[in-house]
Amino acid sequence: MSVDLILFFTLAAIAVITAVGMLASRNAVYSTLLLVLNFVTVAVLYLVLNAAFIAMVQVTVYAGAIMVLFLFVVMLLGSEQLPPSTRLRWQIPLAVVLGLLLLGEALYAVFSLRGSSLEAPEVAAAFGSPSSVGLFLFRSYLLPVEVASILLLVAMLGAIVLTRVERRKAK
Amino acid sequence: MSIPTEYVLALSAVLFSLGVIGVLVRRNALVVFMSVELMLNSANLAFIAFARAYQSLSGQVFVFFTITVAAAEVAVGLALIVAIFRSKHSIDVDQMSSLKG
Repeated sequence: MSVDLILFFTLAAIAVITAVGMLASRNAVYSTLLLVLNFVTVAVLYLVLNAAFIAMVQVTVYAGAIMVLFLFVVMLLGSEQLPPSTRLRWQIPLAVVLGLLLLGEALYAVFSLRGSSLEAPEVAAAFGSPSSVGLFLFRSYLLPVEVASILLLVAMLGAIVLTRVERRKAK
Repeated sequence: MSIPTEYVLALSAVLFSLGVIGVLVRRNALVVFMSVELMLNSANLAFIAFARAYQSLSGQVFVFFTITVAAAEVAVGLALIVAIFRSKHSIDVDQMSSLKG
């Protein structure tokens, strides 16, 4: 077994363990921190898979900005733990069984239907570097970049409108 | 780099299934939302694996746009959760049943 495979299986084990921990944790703050660890692990996996630029975006945007926003809201609402409820107890085993069924189908599709041999593709060293991805992004995908900027502006306005305190009734 | 594409896709499938289970099992709306993020992230992982397998940068650029859309979705979704908390004083998804007959 080569060094790359050992690295991959270590990262995969960390990612799966942190995802399971996120689901099983009673405290939402622990869930958020475990998900941050999961995203950082996946970012390292992106580095191994020749996607250096996306790995950096993953760390700064996902693990940095988005998850800090989650942590902020969890602590703002003070809703780390919910009181236990007895309603819909039967749906937990049903959900686990259906989820594992989905996993089995997906693994079957990956390993049998594609019908290729288990070989790693050869890639050039510059593939996925920040300069190549940046050139590709601004040459072939310029219009989608502009649309994405408008989407972010609309999302910002939407968040402001949704959380605005209604003041007209007070006057 | 000698990692077969199938292994990466298998890890992506495992993470996606865990996200599905999280959406179905958890009652805390914030943890449900985090499970959705986990599913988006596993789809990104599959995109990266296919980008490497087919030697195409389009897959990596698509991951870039997915992260952008996820950021916008998180901003609006967390604003919605805060608004719901303000009116119901709880983010238990089992209690958001106002339309129940």
